[in-house]
Amino acid sequence: MTAPLPAKIDDPLILYGESFASRLLLGTSRYPSPQVLETAVQRARPAMITASLRRQGSAASEAHSGFWELLKKMAVPVLPNTAGCHRPQEVITTAQMAREVFETNWIKLELIGDDYTLQPDTLRLVETAEHLIKDGFKVLPYCTEDLILCQRLVDVGCQAVMPWAAPIGTGQGPLNPYALKLLRERLSVPLLVDAGLGLPSHACTVMEWGFDGVLLNTAVALAHDPVSMAHAFAQAVDAGRQAYLSGAMQAQDSAQASTPLVGTPFWHQDPGTNP
Amino acid sequence: MMRVLVNQNPHELAPSSKVSDLLTLLDAKPPYAVAVNLQFIPKSQHTLHVLQENDAVEIISPVTGG
Repeated sequence: MTAPLPAKIDDPLILYGESFASRLLLGTSRYPSPQVLETAVQRARPAMITASLRRQGSAASEAHSGFWELLKKMAVPVLPNTAGCHRPQEVITTAQMAREVFETNWIKLELIGDDYTLQPDTLRLVETAEHLIKDGFKVLPYCTEDLILCQRLVDVGCQAVMPWAAPIGTGQGPLNPYALKLLRERLSVPLLVDAGLGLPSHACTVMEWGFDGVLLNTAVALAHDPVSMAHAFAQAVDAGRQAYLSGAMQAQDSAQASTPLVGTPFWHQDPGTNP
Repeated sequence: MMRVLVNQNPHELAPSSKVSDLLTLLDAKPPYAVAVNLQFIPKSQHTLHVLQENDAVEIISPVTGG
């Protein structure tokens, strides 16, 4: 007898026509050690893991000298980012370098407009995304939850968008539920919440709202036990997705008894006869 | 000799040096990618692209990221 397939296999995340068994995308930065990162990835089994590029010979580069070998060993699809880029041309050139190094057309488009909040430069994000798409990239843009911005990104060819829940690394969870839910209602492309998630319950919540996946890093990497937290997030994402597909009940303003009233012992008995 | 900036550090190179000459001089460790004056130079062009005085060269490698 064949065991039924796990639900996640029946319900893949599809991005740019590619199918992924997991709806969790995991960052690779800020872990206590490469070994912890590797084990966390094994536990979470993410669809993709993110990576970046820095100047060779820099402190960042030297500190990650074994990272390339680890990436090869983990054998999870890599999503390079353009973190730290402040100008469209920086993004475009970084993406082209990433494509050559990582041998992938996937790119997490980050165009930073403000160093304090790491808020994306929403005014130049669309033109940058359009340029990358015309250059053959599969663009996953990190953006705000603004409906018009996300719509414009879709208009220029983004087949998925990644609004933030809160500023990167803050772990505050979804700060603007109204706008995020509105996005889900109005856009039909895959939506992944990227940045600002701190707890598995945050991930579960946005998945319950119908988001297609989440991308997170710090909430796992800075946990006391990143491996266990990676697993917790993976379960939360699955739970949220299952709940969304199951169709949640509508919240009610007044209490509605779960247990049937008819036949309740002593129901409609005169209170006067009851000591 | 001509001066170029490599990852913002000044280097002296022979005139008409190519990107590949610079990579050999620096003993660059793969994997890497190169940009000159904010323009990507694909691997296939490393032996062809001639550097100019005051060019700003970026040589980058993979690191962790979020």
